[in-house]
Amino acid sequence: MAGYSPHTEAEVTTMLGFLGLSSLEDLFDVIPEALRLAGGLDLPDGMTEPDAVAYMGDLAGMNRPAGRDLVCFAGGGAYDHEVPPVTRALASRSEFVTSYTPYQPEVAQGVLQAVFEFQTLIARLTGMEVANASLYDGAAATVEAVNLGVAASGRNVVWVSRGLNPTWRQVLATFGAGTGHRLVDVPLEDGVTRWNAVDASGDDRPGVVVVAYPNYLGCLEDLATARRVCDETGAMLVVAFDPIAAGVLQSPARWGADVVVGEGQALGMPLSFGGPYLGLFACGLAQVRRLPGRLVGETVDAEGRRAYVSTLRAREQDIRREKATSNVCTNQTLMAVTAAIQMGWLGTSGIAEVALRSARATHYCRTKLLGVPGVEPLVAAPVLREFAVRLPLPAPTVIERLIDEGFLAGIALDSGYTSGADDGLLVAVTERRTRVEIDAFVDAVSKAVR
Amino acid sequence: MTAPGPTGADEAGTGDRVTDVTPRPAAGGRASSAPLLGRDTEPTLFELSQPGRRAWQLRTTGIPETSLEDLVPETHRRAAPPELAEVSERDLVGHFTRLSHRQFSVDLGAYPLGSCTMKYNPKVCDAVAALPGLADVHPAAPASCTQGWLQVLVELENQLCEITGMAAATLQPAAGAAGELTGLLLMRAWHDAHGQERHKVVIPDSAHGTNPASVTLGGYQVVTVPSDARGCVDLAALRAVLDDDVAGIMLTNPNTLGLFEEDIVAIAGAVHEVGGLLYYDGANLNAIVGVVRPGDMGFDIVHLNLHKTFATPHGGGGPGAGPVAVSERLVPYLPGPRPVLLRDGAGPRYGWATTPESIGRVHSWHGNALVLARALTYLLVHGGDGLRTVAQLAVLNANWLRTRLAGTFDVPYDRPCMHECVLSASTLKKKTGVRALDVAKRLLEEGFHSPTVYFPLIVDEALMLEPTETESLQTLEAMADAFERIAADAVRPGGAEEAAGAPHATPVRRVDEARAARTLVPTFDARR
Repeated sequence: MAGYSPHTEAEVTTMLGFLGLSSLEDLFDVIPEALRLAGGLDLPDGMTEPDAVAYMGDLAGMNRPAGRDLVCFAGGGAYDHEVPPVTRALASRSEFVTSYTPYQPEVAQGVLQAVFEFQTLIARLTGMEVANASLYDGAAATVEAVNLGVAASGRNVVWVSRGLNPTWRQVLATFGAGTGHRLVDVPLEDGVTRWNAVDASGDDRPGVVVVAYPNYLGCLEDLATARRVCDETGAMLVVAFDPIAAGVLQSPARWGADVVVGEGQALGMPLSFGGPYLGLFACGLAQVRRLPGRLVGETVDAEGRRAYVSTLRAREQDIRREKATSNVCTNQTLMAVTAAIQMGWLGTSGIAEVALRSARATHYCRTKLLGVPGVEPLVAAPVLREFAVRLPLPAPTVIERLIDEGFLAGIALDSGYTSGADDGLLVAVTERRTRVEIDAFVDAVSKAVR
Repeated sequence: MTAPGPTGADEAGTGDRVTDVTPRPAAGGRASSAPLLGRDTEPTLFELSQPGRRAWQLRTTGIPETSLEDLVPETHRRAAPPELAEVSERDLVGHFTRLSHRQFSVDLGAYPLGSCTMKYNPKVCDAVAALPGLADVHPAAPASCTQGWLQVLVELENQLCEITGMAAATLQPAAGAAGELTGLLLMRAWHDAHGQERHKVVIPDSAHGTNPASVTLGGYQVVTVPSDARGCVDLAALRAVLDDDVAGIMLTNPNTLGLFEEDIVAIAGAVHEVGGLLYYDGANLNAIVGVVRPGDMGFDIVHLNLHKTFATPHGGGGPGAGPVAVSERLVPYLPGPRPVLLRDGAGPRYGWATTPESIGRVHSWHGNALVLARALTYLLVHGGDGLRTVAQLAVLNANWLRTRLAGTFDVPYDRPCMHECVLSASTLKKKTGVRALDVAKRLLEEGFHSPTVYFPLIVDEALMLEPTETESLQTLEAMADAFERIAADAVRPGGAEEAAGAPHATPVRRVDEARAARTLVPTFDARR
């Protein structure tokens, strides 16, 4: 027998005999004959493994990955931070990779403890009391935070800063069609949210306020004002934080966040064409019974030894069904374990150092780039690891020209950020970018816009 | 009832329980469930931490070393770095390697966890996912840099459509539940576009919990229909709840009892007659892949769990991937942007497209892309015939186990099953006090993962077994021996107490779940 099944033909015959059947087809007698595929699937014949590797290798060869030949200055929620061999090696241990959700804690202490450590690390990074075991990505975490906020505040008006990643805002809108939340866009002014631009009275009073820190343009938002808006309206404050920037920035908890969400890709995951990434979710203990997804807690075993288990399970879909806090079942556990390993590798000094070096590189690059004739700052607000500029040419044109020079120049900004123009470019610079790379990049931009 | 077991259970101080025979060899399946070395608990990363120790090393960049004060305004600066942990690389490797030794996995042994399809995950798929040409591509890179990736996605979509009998698919949903909610929003978009405001979605009482939870998030009310004596949807009861307020029905076929819904054509007809849509929960597709297609049964919307049927590793609880395929009439509503073939022929060209009717994005980017690449690799290696063999052998293994264990446990629905079988410990519990949970814990110390227990909810003391096609006859025999031994031990004097104390030979003994919920310790800092 082909594939990965061990059955020999003799064994199949024996097993069929045990069942009183004469052919494998007899196993499907319960399926109405008319429904069964007569001629099989119209798919190519199976390949051998080496042929499949060659085929997929050819497809991979048609891509331009980030690296020496395409130096990455793109971010927008996906960053080219260092992923050391030790993280890759530990995170690919098959015990972590090939296990299921830890339903039997006695044989799942490895994953459970790693997730418990992940929760602790995220709680420390955000300053919050509790973090869950992961959600799909930053967008999914934001959707869940909004659902929690609406349930906690009892009001379904949701103010969403336009500084929140635009694709996350699109995901919020998609899922809002089901939950019926009323999403209100709050505009930016000079790179930061202008909270008094929207009406907070009567039926428009928000139940949830969502803001990103730093925001999509890389700017540092005034979270004290965001908190005050929430205090005045009784809304829940959801802060979309950046786990690397958190190495040097005030924690969301210090700013008074009720729920903190984020994209955890920067904590040890390769760019991966956008997934699998890691949705981060943290909140206060006051909200823990509304927490979406899994939560690992410490307990003891029958002999009194420390042990870990999935807990507060009564929130979850398999028990509460239609009354569950969320429908999430499979999450991104392996990515949470990866992030725990990466945060262990970084440690207290490393997370601060990566943030500081990224900020240095970003400011160095921004200053240089603004020296290119025709390149203007989009906003003046302080930035950390990402910034936006306006170009003298359409950004997609410049990006294509830079690809030929070996640079992924950034992301073309949605025209909503540039008063309808297509000249906005979002540039991210991580600790992996060298002075030589940045100088060459700025030279290439200079030639491309000439 | 003589020789000690292979796990060194007696040395481990597990009392006087005796494992009765030297177990059969089980090439693919049996594992010592004791940790590789010792039974001590592993300290946390935080207890291993030593101030000043570090593992990180970063590139030398030559960038001027501006101080943080000159980069970040004071109001935004933290007073001190967040306290994570301070360990060396060697500490880190030791810690996570020891944790891995406290973790059961498919690579270690058989994992007959019903409804989860814990089959072997071919290593070739991991090797492909690690190719830099796939793993290091930025998701916002222009299509000129991602032609290979776009082709991967389009080819996967095409194969999934052929497998399901559907017209097009979105690959964005990151897991099955995300696919369900996407499907319900598609259902809503369809009815909206046809000027219909409907409020109810029907689900059987045997459904996975994600179904009703997704229905609520989709803005619908759940209407539950009971199963009949044969374990299938009660057609008369279904007809009684169907009206023009029903948006659709969510079904798993084969259902969670492992039984094929034989009346599916009649069910589809009845739902379509009131203008409802049929949603197929693909959790159990492994039973029928290559044999029968949801589209041919009458389904309109199908989600697939690539981490089940198509063997992408489950990662201890994710990442998964839950693509949603739809019939022709629903294609315009699919989430966008979708990867599309723009120009065929000698120089094919791929790009992205979004329809005006699209429900919008359901993922930050393009879905769990590396999971999708693994699934395509699996499909390439198998081909159409190989997939059919997968289903045949999965069903063969499940029926073999069901038949072999029929004399040991109750079989609530005693007829041929598909890829999984549901047994019951009901009689065993009445006779001995040993519950399904105890059976599950005893199996752990026999070197196998437990089946799913207490699900589906309509079966008392349920034991749901899904051996999958990648376990050998020898492994099934060893597993069946273990089940029989567990049942036999239960009737011995003291057997019930012993079972209630199981497992003995695992990294930790039975875990106090009630205490974890009562005295919540969700972080290391909460212990202080």
